[in-house]
Amino acid sequence: MAGQTDPHISLFSPQEVEFMAEDELVEIVPNMNMEQLNFISGDFGRFIPQIPTKVPLWLAVALKRRGKCSFRPPGWMSVDNLTQILEAERESQSTFQALPFSYVEIARLLFDHAHDDIPDKYMVRSLVEDIRDVRLHKLETNLGSFQGTSAVKISNVSAMEVNIVRPFVRRALEAFYKHDKPEADIDRDTRSSRQQREANNEPRRPLRQR
Amino acid sequence: MASSSEVGGSSADYETMMSTSDVELLKRAWRNEKAAPEILQYEGALVERAKEQIELVEETIEDYVENGKDPLLVSLYQMDLDRTQFLLRSYLRVRLLKIEKFMFHNLKSEEAERRLSEQERVFATKCADDLAKHFEETVLLKLPENYQSVLKQSQISEVDDMVPQPHLDTFVVCRSNNFVSLNLYEEGESPETVEMERGDLYFIRYKIVKGAIESGQIDLI
Repeated sequence: MAGQTDPHISLFSPQEVEFMAEDELVEIVPNMNMEQLNFISGDFGRFIPQIPTKVPLWLAVALKRRGKCSFRPPGWMSVDNLTQILEAERESQSTFQALPFSYVEIARLLFDHAHDDIPDKYMVRSLVEDIRDVRLHKLETNLGSFQGTSAVKISNVSAMEVNIVRPFVRRALEAFYKHDKPEADIDRDTRSSRQQREANNEPRRPLRQR
Repeated sequence: MASSSEVGGSSADYETMMSTSDVELLKRAWRNEKAAPEILQYEGALVERAKEQIELVEETIEDYVENGKDPLLVSLYQMDLDRTQFLLRSYLRVRLLKIEKFMFHNLKSEEAERRLSEQERVFATKCADDLAKHFEETVLLKLPENYQSVLKQSQISEVDDMVPQPHLDTFVVCRSNNFVSLNLYEEGESPETVEMERGDLYFIRYKIVKGAIESGQIDLI
């Protein structure tokens, strides 16, 4: 039923995250003629054979499933680019490489429905999975080094990854905040020996290991 | 049908405003509403426009089906319609969920009441009345006199402590649309600020970004 995700588990279900990603524009090459589509969400078309055009992901998948088009894989999905990103991810322990916000969903949908349009599909797929693993692992290890703060910057984390760690991070940060706050009124001298006090001096901490 | 239009204007704000379709606005409202711990301002105009467009498309689809238009076209229009309807329905449902959760609080707090639509207010009042009556009949009237209030724990409570309030200190994930500098702590404490560039993601306390969300500078994710 629409909108009935259990808020205690996670705010958004994975399907809802995918739903949001499906509005991303991708390039397709239609193989048929079709007039312009005047959707509520926008105008797309005209569709002329062999002329590439940009449409939302959900529309592209629908057309592909009916055999009406083929995909042009996005630029970031090339073997070279992904290998570069994977290496960079492995090197840095604290920063995340810039990837499209919905890269997980886009990659997954393309693999499911349009794998024949992706050159070196096995290579690309294994690269994307490796990147996902490395990033998730990085997120998990960085979570262990949280201090209590009011704001944590997470750059270049993608939608799915945010959704996965969100429940834990929320509760952790809330607990930190709850325990931090009343102590501000107590004797400030006793603070210095306690680890949590570091946090208040750096209100904005990038996700970083100590 | 979409209210997207020309590119123009010097500032990014103007451009974003002119080229954002209703569906994107609805998606943004839906996302913010889902992620926020309290109920947000009702987007009356947006909902009305969305409803009109949906009805229009429904009629168009019926026409197409009757005239035997290409079934592929029809199914695509249907898909777009389904997606928009999902957004609208989910948006309204999330709000109803929040109203039910914080029923008494929403009616008590003027600020919250202003954010409800007419129908939501009617729903909330009726729901609250029913719930209060239910409590009274099943439990409260059987308690000793000092403890019979629905809103207070006992007559000696100064505040309505039986009313659950939304947790404004919850942490949310947000992304800023512009450069924005926010005061991290409340008045009186050390004024530390956090500065967000356009496109940065932050885990941050809801209270801090509340104002910026209302003005549209920050989106919840």
